[in-house]
Amino acid sequence: MATRGFRRKQPAAAAGRSPPGQYVTPDFPVLSAGPTPRVNLATWSFAIEDPDGRELYRCTWDELRALTASEVVVDIHCVTKWSKLDTRWKGVSFDTLLRAAGVEPPTDYAMAFCDGGYTTNLSVADLRTDNVLIAYEYDGAPLAAQHGGPVRLLVPHLYFWKSAKWVRGFRFMKTNQPGFWETHGYHLRGDPWKEQRYQGD
Amino acid sequence: MTEGADSGPRLVWREAEVLAVVAETASARSITLRVPDWPGHAAGQHVDVRLTADDGYQAQRSYSIASPPEQADIVLTVERVEDGEVSSYLTEETRPGDRLELRGPIGGYFTWTGTLPGPLQLVGGGSGIVPLMAMLRHRANERTRPAARLLSSWRTRDAIIYRDELERLASDDPQLAVVHTLTRESPPGWSGPRGRIDADMLRAFAYAPEQQPRLYVCGPTPFVEAVADALVQLGHAPECIKTERFGPTGDR
Repeated sequence: MATRGFRRKQPAAAAGRSPPGQYVTPDFPVLSAGPTPRVNLATWSFAIEDPDGRELYRCTWDELRALTASEVVVDIHCVTKWSKLDTRWKGVSFDTLLRAAGVEPPTDYAMAFCDGGYTTNLSVADLRTDNVLIAYEYDGAPLAAQHGGPVRLLVPHLYFWKSAKWVRGFRFMKTNQPGFWETHGYHLRGDPWKEQRYQGD
Repeated sequence: MTEGADSGPRLVWREAEVLAVVAETASARSITLRVPDWPGHAAGQHVDVRLTADDGYQAQRSYSIASPPEQADIVLTVERVEDGEVSSYLTEETRPGDRLELRGPIGGYFTWTGTLPGPLQLVGGGSGIVPLMAMLRHRANERTRPAARLLSSWRTRDAIIYRDELERLASDDPQLAVVHTLTRESPPGWSGPRGRIDADMLRAFAYAPEQQPRLYVCGPTPFVEAVADALVQLGHAPECIKTERFGPTGDR
């Protein structure tokens, strides 16, 4: 349905690089369901748990930083319609983390859990996709708290709510259970190129 | 790869008819929409609006619903954003009789119903008041209702959205307190507070942690960051503070 009198304002060149329904912004907007948690790095740790909640691995901030790091430059896409191009991140890939942990994924799905109680579900296949990081640097500087610092997930091929801020670990799941936003009506996977914003998309 | 179960109902695009457009301020318009088969909403939820140009180009944005669940036609209050592709259309071009595509309601977290116990504390920055207004309108329709306070921040007195209606609601209801603060001017006759909302202002006008309020904070990102931090600093439990942020951060 054409909307009477509506005309494009966004440059067409930028629109070509963003998924359907998105607009490109140079800004880095913030969306969070609650206050920004303040994290003490001295007591911070990152855990991997089996489906019964048993700990398979735990590392401290220093131990995470000692793992082989990767740098990526990726476009990111938020379900609230903004996309940001060529963002630069540094962190540890999921496979690097698993190798360091000596953990073979026991199931096909995992729930990321975070300070502040946020969770989001991901398939192991999505976590093993290129450019996915447990990220601690953005644009050459430590990741700011309001953007998820000290450590957030970066899953750039899915809508950005999957790139959980303030992440503290993964719990493997026997079946694909919804996390925080997925329980509140958002899509279980969230592929921006298929415009999987909400349940049923 | 498994896409997972599509357990919920699909959010379909609906063609709504614009019934009325009201100027709330110089830059904000309230648009009343009749939405066919609207499934109903909770106070605090939003919709996605989709505009389509003649060449097929589409733009989508999210807008909070200002009307309460009890009202059949929904109202969106839209503040014009500088260079905003969708907001400038909705505030400058839209008129009664137009048709707009939308889908919703969206967002099941930043919501309030009258059955929730505990006093209701709302803190809004600018057009962040819109979902909070849906909560206050919903509350006004409830027979038994918890006490409520709204603390809202505006640049100028003329920028205040819903000022007359809020005054009316508060004058009819001893259990409701409405306080506006102005950050950019001090007009003659202004008796309310001045300056940004900080811990001191929250101590003066908001419920204390011991009163165990349900807290909803909505506004531009720097506003919400500052208010939510101050609330935590005052001793409110982070899990009792629901936030909704919008707009630029200035970060690159």
